[in-house]
Amino acid sequence: MCLGIPGRVIEIYDNGLTRMGKVDFNGIVKEVCLAYLPDLQVGDYTIVHVGFAITRLDEESARETLALFQSLGVLEEELNPDDSPRTT
Amino acid sequence: MTEPIDLSGWVCPAPLRDYSAIVLGHGAGGKLSAELIKHLFVPAFGGPHGPLTDAALLDVGGTRLAISTDSFVVRPLFFPGGNIGELAVNGTLNDIAMMGAQPLALTASFILEEGMPLDQLGLIAESMGRAAQQAGVTLIAGDTKVVDRGHGDGVYITTTGFGLIPAGITIGPDQARQGDAIILSGPIGLHGVAILSVREGIEFGAPVVSDTAALHGLVSAMLASGARIHTLRDPTRGGVAAALNEIAADAGIGIEIVERAIPVPPAVQAACELLGMDPLHIANEGKLIAFVEQADADRLLAAMHAHPLGREATIIGYATADHPGVVVARTAIGGMRVVDTLIGEQLPRIC
Amino acid sequence: MKYLDEFRDPELAQRLLDQIRRLTTRHWSIMEVCGGQTHSIIRNGIDQLLPPEIELIHGPGCPVCVTPLEIIDKALAIAARPDVIFCSFGDMLRVPGSHKDLFRVKSEGGDVRVVYSPLDAIKLAQQHPDRQVVFFGIGFETTAPANAMAVYQAARLGLKNFSMLVSHVRVPPAISAIMESPTNRVQAFLAAGHVCSVMGTEEYQPLVAKYRVPIVVTGFEPLDILEGIRRVVIQLEQGQAALDNAYERAVRPEGNVAAKQMLAEIFTVTDRAWRGIGVIPRSGWRLSDRYAEFDAERRFNVSDIQTSESPLCQSGEVLQGRIKPNQCPAFGKECTPRTPLGATMVSSEGACAAYYQYGRFIPTSNVSIAWKQ
Repeated sequence: MCLGIPGRVIEIYDNGLTRMGKVDFNGIVKEVCLAYLPDLQVGDYTIVHVGFAITRLDEESARETLALFQSLGVLEEELNPDDSPRTT
Repeated sequence: MTEPIDLSGWVCPAPLRDYSAIVLGHGAGGKLSAELIKHLFVPAFGGPHGPLTDAALLDVGGTRLAISTDSFVVRPLFFPGGNIGELAVNGTLNDIAMMGAQPLALTASFILEEGMPLDQLGLIAESMGRAAQQAGVTLIAGDTKVVDRGHGDGVYITTTGFGLIPAGITIGPDQARQGDAIILSGPIGLHGVAILSVREGIEFGAPVVSDTAALHGLVSAMLASGARIHTLRDPTRGGVAAALNEIAADAGIGIEIVERAIPVPPAVQAACELLGMDPLHIANEGKLIAFVEQADADRLLAAMHAHPLGREATIIGYATADHPGVVVARTAIGGMRVVDTLIGEQLPRIC
Repeated sequence: MKYLDEFRDPELAQRLLDQIRRLTTRHWSIMEVCGGQTHSIIRNGIDQLLPPEIELIHGPGCPVCVTPLEIIDKALAIAARPDVIFCSFGDMLRVPGSHKDLFRVKSEGGDVRVVYSPLDAIKLAQQHPDRQVVFFGIGFETTAPANAMAVYQAARLGLKNFSMLVSHVRVPPAISAIMESPTNRVQAFLAAGHVCSVMGTEEYQPLVAKYRVPIVVTGFEPLDILEGIRRVVIQLEQGQAALDNAYERAVRPEGNVAAKQMLAEIFTVTDRAWRGIGVIPRSGWRLSDRYAEFDAERRFNVSDIQTSESPLCQSGEVLQGRIKPNQCPAFGKECTPRTPLGATMVSSEGACAAYYQYGRFIPTSNVSIAWKQ
């Protein structure tokens, strides 16, 4: 239900009504409302849904998650180089 | 050039039910368009041999003439990378080129809206002249009509092109064979995203310009390579998905493509992610798809890479005897999904 | 694209799939709540790559699909008015009402405009003070803060020509309704990642406790979905039932505090009818009394609506996960994306549309593609 895409904040300003920003998605720049993330800084990544930043993307957490995926199966591979499935 | 664009509506996708009147979806190049031609025009024009596509071959005492006609109603008239004029010239030249023909001449007719600024029209006309000149083609005849203010969206342009098909060339959608390599001449989605970026309601800053270009020079180089080319198609309205589906249906073959093999520029990918759209359904105006005898694929690629419009040409899949009429893609993570034509035009989504 | 492409890596996907295969010893039925997750699953072919013991039941998390027929008909009536500019997300344009859709209204002369953000509708209202601008405010909790901001700005700007047709829905009551159903087969949930970005995860703990069902907050990219499934399977295989967050980069337990404050200001919880399912108590939001003047239902007299749903349509059964789209007798026959009977065949994330579009059923040949691994 919720198409939310990560982008990088490149500019923050107030448009008279609320806190707005410019967010860069791989070269595509869109004006985004930042009202709901008052602590968001230029350089941060955020998830944008219908023109609103709804959450800060925690880059450290993203790296950790990917590292977890990388590590999956590594132990089994080391223990079972012949790749037979095990019911651990 | 980008003008301050004033748009008052969205070009629509398909409606849901059968209508008794034309809806915008009938013009989107998808299923509704095809149905309109098949069920209304073809029977009126004399049955199954009537026109089904916008290009045709006329045999004139042994000389084969390729003729194509196309209308251009794009909004906005001016977009990053070009304007309706260039589209009108290159679009029709490309239809001729996709038959393997070398274009000779173009005619152009204009429906002008009362109040259309002459300086804008001048820019459009100059662009057309330039595009024709670059293509080595002459605009030989034309017509203009004016309609009341409120009709005509500024200008509608119809161009008709004429070309000669060299002897020994038999290229057409029904010629594709199982086992053919499918080659895409370069990265997709540029034209469609350039248009979207200036559409009211979803404008965004984008380093994306339309890829509008005349392809007959590239086609010439491809034919000169000696590779056995069966089918050529420029994926315009409806994108690569529509083009592949039409060929699969016309030739009675199945198609398998690999998503990761399809070149998509990062900015196009980003725009599509943002709007929830699929690059395979987005229009291109300077790209072509070729179905070539598999053994000749490398030779053809080499010829394409040597041409400025084919530098990034790459194989994206193969024709197969399996699932005739259906286009299947291997997804990024190794699954499979069908690539179908949309009913009308793609809409941005939030879900 | 950064933080998207990495979560589509095919090699990592294989690792996750391997893990899931190693862990799975028996049949499990898992529901992904969010329509965006359904779309991702079908589009990427994840359902085909999972071991056959894992059954994914597609949930009702498609706001387009569950918007009540009556509201659609009201939208059509309002959009047809010559004084109205009707703004909507693209998703809603093709949803069938009793007799037509927004698209048809546009072709008949209605001023219907697709917008990307609700703030675009505010801009239109400022640009066209002589017209009534109405925004179709649908969505789950993810979209509600954006729609709320539009109303908030309209109030601050003193706009007299802006109103919103509100049809918001909430996930936790839907989960309750599913678990309370006597024919329920769902044994675990993948909770909707971006809904939780906004609302946090606290609302789900009582559901875990009450129904003893694992709930794992899950993202949308292939690796995120596979990870959500992996964590669910670990719990199921061990007989556990706990709340877990597999989308930590975008979800905090407390959610988005500023957004929740705005929701509390602009909206009030209400009973809501879900198309195809029925009324789920306290499952929706309406404008709070303080902002009632911006309610399009009040501003426009659209009370005299007679709805008529196709008797063949089984989207309700699909939305509740009771049947798969290709088990519906009308699927691919009377009901296709070209001639949809219900919203699930129209919405980009409706299960029926996904099944049809991505080929879980090829109507011409009546056989499925022989998927090669």
